Amino acid sequence: MPAPTRHDEAWRYSDIAALEAAWPLPAPESIIVPAGGHYARTIVQDTGSIHQIEIAIGKDATAAIHVLSIGGEYGRVELNVTLHEGADFKLGAVQIAGGTQTLEIITTVTHAEPKATSSQIVRSVLAGTATGTYLGKVAVARDAQLTDSAQSVKAMLLDRSATANAKPELEICADDVKCAHGCAIGELDPMGLFYLEARGLSPADAKKLMLQAFVAGVFEGAADEEMLIETALKKLGELV
Amino acid sequence: MLQITKLHANVADKPILKGLTLSLNAGEIHAIMGPNGAGKSTLGYVLSGRPGYEVTEGSVTFNGQDLLALEPHERAAAGLFLGFQYPVEIPGVSNVRFLREALNAQRKSRGEAPLSGAEFLKVAREQATALGMDMDMLKRPVNVGFSGGEKKRNEMVQMGIINPALAILDETDSGLDIDALRIVGDGINRIMRKPDKAVLLITHYQRLLDYVKPDFVHVLADGRITRTGGPELALELERDGYKELAA
Repeated sequence: MPAPTRHDEAWRYSDIAALEAAWPLPAPESIIVPAGGHYARTIVQDTGSIHQIEIAIGKDATAAIHVLSIGGEYGRVELNVTLHEGADFKLGAVQIAGGTQTLEIITTVTHAEPKATSSQIVRSVLAGTATGTYLGKVAVARDAQLTDSAQSVKAMLLDRSATANAKPELEICADDVKCAHGCAIGELDPMGLFYLEARGLSPADAKKLMLQAFVAGVFEGAADEEMLIETALKKLGELV
Repeated sequence: MLQITKLHANVADKPILKGLTLSLNAGEIHAIMGPNGAGKSTLGYVLSGRPGYEVTEGSVTFNGQDLLALEPHERAAAGLFLGFQYPVEIPGVSNVRFLREALNAQRKSRGEAPLSGAEFLKVAREQATALGMDMDMLKRPVNVGFSGGEKKRNEMVQMGIINPALAILDETDSGLDIDALRIVGDGINRIMRKPDKAVLLITHYQRLLDYVKPDFVHVLADGRITRTGGPELALELERDGYKELAA
């Protein structure tokens, strides 16, 4: 199979040269959470690698994934999640990129059966000429009634030369569902920065404090929350 | 302490300050009054170094230092505090966290040891209590969901914690009810009425000056100080209005 091109929607914003160098990719990792089970995982992408993970969450089971993607010229975390009846999936993801980095997070969350819940919170901080992409698809099968799904996507651009791509995508074939999604791309509030500086924080510390607030909360509940926040802060410190 | 000499400043290429001269000595409280658009807030922003407020002529020295050469955070560390007319909401950043970082950044640049979490909380609690503010509010994100009066009170708590040498208070009295006005007035006196400190009160109304007695009252009109007097000048303004005075 040849490497994907920009015509493939799921690879549209990828670093194709880096991808071709890594092609062919190994088979995706497969995780099956049995009925009633609980699964939690933290993924730190700090070397410029491609993670492809398929997760099937059984009846009344839960899975919580936390992602921090910061490293390498090209990094991609791709999650393909299938929820069975009453299952719950939570994703909290942060990607922080500067220089010429290209980082992306792609999720496909399929509510295959009724009463499953899912949420995805994704925050990107982008500087230099970096590109950060989130493609988030939620598919609700025909009889997956009482699905409750929420998606919150925000990107912060530290430089006008950075790029954020965000694409929420809903494909709903049931009629009794809740699918909330919100997306925002912005810059740090200059008045907020001045307020912090006027109280004595250096410009870099003021930015760091505001960015920390921007990504904080995403890692809530992660077993290694402190490590994630510390690692994220270190990367933010390099960008401001 | 503060010497402003023939200061000219533009905002978006429009001249706002047009040769303002003003001198504050330690131990003094000065009030600046004036009509809308005279340049009162601009003066506060120029002195604290807000981006976009461009000084085109003149000089400002603060305790012998060229104030205009300093970045906003350096001005804060040098002892200057701006009480904002519209305190900014910063979601996600807790008041205590921000203030401790800000205070310790100032202390560090002055070569002083940082305050520990416990030491800081003690100071914060004292100031909050004195200003009738709940400690729970101090733990909430900066100004988020605060009423206008609570924001102004929070500015005064911040001033108490930071303990500056010079405070420029931009309409700190606006948005306050009568009780809050008295509490804030008492706060200004308690924190700033000291022989080694000075205050520049920017206000529209005489009523704050009932609580904080100024040593000097200046009228700022069209970018310049047009008249200077004692506390009686504020009463005169209240009675006759700015128009009368300018005529």
